[in-house]
Amino acid sequence: MISPDLRELYQEYVLDHGRRPRNFRIPEGATHGAEGYNPLCGDKISVKVVVDGDVIQDIGFQGAGCAISTASASTMTEALKGKTVAEARDLFAAFIAMVKGELEPDPDVLDTLAVFAGVAEFPMRVKCATLAWHTLTAALEGKGEPVTTE
Amino acid sequence: MTALATPTEQSPARADMDSIRRDFPALAQEVHGKPLVYLDSAATALKPQAVIDAVTNVYARDCANIHRAVHLLSQRATQAYDAVRAKVRAFVNAPSEKEIVFVRGTTEAINLVANAWARPRLSAGDRILVSGLEHHSNIVPWQMVAQATGAELVVVPITDEGEVRLEDVEARLDARVKLVAMSHVSNALGSVQPVRAIVERAHAVGAKVLLDGAQAVPHVAVDLQALGCDFYAFSGHKLYGPSGSGVLWGRRELLEEADPWQGGGDMIRSVTFEKTTYAEVPAKFEAGTPDIAAVIGLGAAIDYVRELGVEGIERREQELLAYGTEALASIPGVKLVGTAARKVGVLSFVMESAHPHDIGTIVDAEGVAIRTGHHCAQPVMERLGVPATARASLGLYNTREDIDALVRALHRVREIFA
Repeated sequence: MISPDLRELYQEYVLDHGRRPRNFRIPEGATHGAEGYNPLCGDKISVKVVVDGDVIQDIGFQGAGCAISTASASTMTEALKGKTVAEARDLFAAFIAMVKGELEPDPDVLDTLAVFAGVAEFPMRVKCATLAWHTLTAALEGKGEPVTTE
Repeated sequence: MTALATPTEQSPARADMDSIRRDFPALAQEVHGKPLVYLDSAATALKPQAVIDAVTNVYARDCANIHRAVHLLSQRATQAYDAVRAKVRAFVNAPSEKEIVFVRGTTEAINLVANAWARPRLSAGDRILVSGLEHHSNIVPWQMVAQATGAELVVVPITDEGEVRLEDVEARLDARVKLVAMSHVSNALGSVQPVRAIVERAHAVGAKVLLDGAQAVPHVAVDLQALGCDFYAFSGHKLYGPSGSGVLWGRRELLEEADPWQGGGDMIRSVTFEKTTYAEVPAKFEAGTPDIAAVIGLGAAIDYVRELGVEGIERREQELLAYGTEALASIPGVKLVGTAARKVGVLSFVMESAHPHDIGTIVDAEGVAIRTGHHCAQPVMERLGVPATARASLGLYNTREDIDALVRALHRVREIFA
């Protein structure tokens, strides 16, 4: 029997995005970008964003990682297209609070991102779920240095 | 192949294994509602009660600093601490206990040789040879020496099976090579290097040899006089001892010619503001209050392992490794990484459908503890073309039932990632 916690973590939506990540590409005319790295597991990701005014017009990523980190990056890119930079920051704050188990997810705010609520039961995997988001933050802040989860 | 455990001539009677397993209190617990199956001894080994008791006894009874006071507690602690040197000497058949330096672990031992012996001796034009199999702790200290001295770090490539071939070492040995630093057993793959032959060839060109024995001493009988190397490093915590204990063995003349490393108490003969004279080896390298309890615990660990018998441990683990290799190979989509002809203790693998990190989480939910990631050996992962692996590693307490539990858990991974 597969435990309910595991089923919640690896739900079909997550597995699907892990297998077939969306926006797995470098968007044309990217204005911002950053590299992310998790030295504990070797996951690497590159996030590139096209920001026009303060709106995220396009966003994509490339890299290699586990199902959780790949699905998280994929879902993030879908959630952020068309959002403002400020909205992206707010979503990140809500997302990180959810995966750390600090706040119950608000489905109205998080929408599809709420599929990662199960990560809260797996503290060792929080870094997998947040790598793409940390990398995005670095991209938006224009930091030249690659970010790491450590 | 049957997935059920059946006693064979090679495996000990179930009663013996049960009694061995009862020596390790950590094994008596459940994780996620399942009995713990511990297959991560290459990261750190569980501790037998005898080691835990020895450490507790230091703090509960013989709690004193060593080599200092004349009171009884200090006398007991000092005697217990110093007695471990003789145990280590006998355990690895070192020529003299004066050549046994206590350190925090393998990493510190290698850094000690890098800083105290190599750095003052190497210069531009010299070479340090390492293999492509090394743990970061046997790469980075040498990179730092190379950077500081102008010496060159040369890497012996490994085969697709994860082996270091003697001819590939030989091809890089010449008078420029001052030091060969190599793992006795690879931590990521379990490959055993042809260290004895490497030592011979290295000595023929005048190079010294340091062996990283962290993954060797828990699994195979190590005879330093037979190996003939110049430095040998290992950790206590992978040998069923406490973390914070470790050993550097070095030939006396090399330890004597090396510079002191850290300055402080216990490593001096006399100190004035004009001049300090240093203590003899090994005290010269043991400045400050060491991890007394950890070293005494290491002594208890060596007693424990010797009582069980290293040869018997090796035989049982080899039998279990063969069983595990066959069992993993029989799971569709599982690929073993590291298939050297001589291996000990490690089953590194990847799965077609699942990333190692996901494998780790799912098998953990089944109570099975394995390591996932790059195992502090990123160059090995890069060479073999995998971002990471899952690694099941064996200890003297593991049984076929543990392997069977891993196999069942890996079928769960297949179910989820089908």
